[in-house]
Amino acid sequence: MTKDEVKTAVIAALRRIAPEADPASLRSDLPIRDQVDLDSMDFLNFLMELHNALGVDIPETAYRQVATLDGCVEYVAAHGPQPQHR
Amino acid sequence: MAPGDRRGATFASEFRMPSLGADMQAGTVVNWLVKPGDHVTHGDVVAEVETEKGVFEVEISSDGVVDELAVGKGAKVPVGTVLARLRRDGVTTPPATGGAGTIETPVAAPTAAPPAPPAAPAAPAAPAAPAGAAPAHIVRASPLARKIAEAKGVDLANVTGTGPGGAITKADVERASSAPSAQRVETTAAPPVAPPVAPPIAAPTSEPMLAMRHAVAAAVSRSKREIPHYYLGTDISLGAAMGWLAAQNQARAIADRILPAALLLKSVALALRKYPALNGFWTDDAHHPAEAIHVGVAISLRAGGLIAPAIHDADQLSLGDLMRALSDLVRRTRAGGLRSSEMTDATITVSNLGDEGAASVFGVIYPPQLALVGFGKINERPWAEGGMLGVRPVVTATLAADHRATDGHYGSRFLAEIDRLLQTPESL
Repeated sequence: MTKDEVKTAVIAALRRIAPEADPASLRSDLPIRDQVDLDSMDFLNFLMELHNALGVDIPETAYRQVATLDGCVEYVAAHGPQPQHR
Repeated sequence: MAPGDRRGATFASEFRMPSLGADMQAGTVVNWLVKPGDHVTHGDVVAEVETEKGVFEVEISSDGVVDELAVGKGAKVPVGTVLARLRRDGVTTPPATGGAGTIETPVAAPTAAPPAPPAAPAAPAAPAAPAGAAPAHIVRASPLARKIAEAKGVDLANVTGTGPGGAITKADVERASSAPSAQRVETTAAPPVAPPVAPPIAAPTSEPMLAMRHAVAAAVSRSKREIPHYYLGTDISLGAAMGWLAAQNQARAIADRILPAALLLKSVALALRKYPALNGFWTDDAHHPAEAIHVGVAISLRAGGLIAPAIHDADQLSLGDLMRALSDLVRRTRAGGLRSSEMTDATITVSNLGDEGAASVFGVIYPPQLALVGFGKINERPWAEGGMLGVRPVVTATLAADHRATDGHYGSRFLAEIDRLLQTPESL
């Protein structure tokens, strides 16, 4: 998967949780939650969507790393698809 | 039961438009799931009803055979209107009372039907839309944008937002209103024109938003008018709880992870066992504590407004089950599919501002409930303990309670019990 493809998948996952999120106006270097109204449950569901779409399991300790779109893409690139947890 | 009905002995009961929360005044039957002749039993979902807050699956509270459907699909009727009549099927005739029996004896809506919301058309809202399947809809727009959209007759559903998070701004609305293809809102009851292209989801306008605001306004006004609130607040260290949760979650897959919200809900439910006077209702000038602990969870809708469906018997659920119930409730609140019992059974409400919220919330009690527990944002604060100053995750817990039923001393002990429970998270 290229970084662009990962980014597209991340945005798609985000829009499944927050349909009003507009990819065009989303800054990839700023925290997602400053731009899209996500509560902790939404954020968890977003991670679950990422897990389902990309097979990547993001632990709580990495939440800070994946706060931005760029961070998400980098994390997925570094940790790649992982074997299913369950 | 209504003796002396025209149908005499065969007549069993009437199924009425339920009050799905104190802020509901009317609802639209968007779908019937039963037809005359069908046998129904307590708890069956028989209809889908749409209110300002979405589409709900309405359960029936008695057994019988559907005799007639009194209200057709698409009809918007006030709370309490007879929707269907049941006759006995000669098998069972349970008493028409009980916890979930609110369908037959709906909570009285505030007096007579209030004036319709300003822009509500006489015809049922958006009859062309497959409302039965429509999920709770989402349009983000600034208040100013909504105002302008309404004034110019622009349907926000057809406007592309360029604001933060895709929200529709004033400029977007003005652009849309000047564009030749701008979709106009039908401001009268004229049949809606089919849009040239299929909208992504059933098209909302600003009208549902106004109606939602109107409904919330009616409910909170009633609460503040009728319920003498008292307020308490206390800071609770979550050092032990957050540490325990982090260790738990490390071993859990994302789908099984537990949020602090579940821990807080469980602590409230368990504390209520010890302080039952805060759990239940104030109706007919009397205090009616409830035996079961059904915790209403205030969930904000993406489009604005909020809703507080209940998690049944929250005190008896394991943390994992409670988290799943919470997650499911949030999903259905946003996508549709909440059940009427979830809207009517809550014996207390918890408002959790979450990790992006303010430090504390002093809530408005949902009538006829007795109390609302609020939790602000969990954040690190200086914390003195045992003569030492440290940094701990801390949450401010608040209580808004009905002073007719309890007093500040009782409420203080309840909050202290929540604190005590949260210090031993493994026991939750």
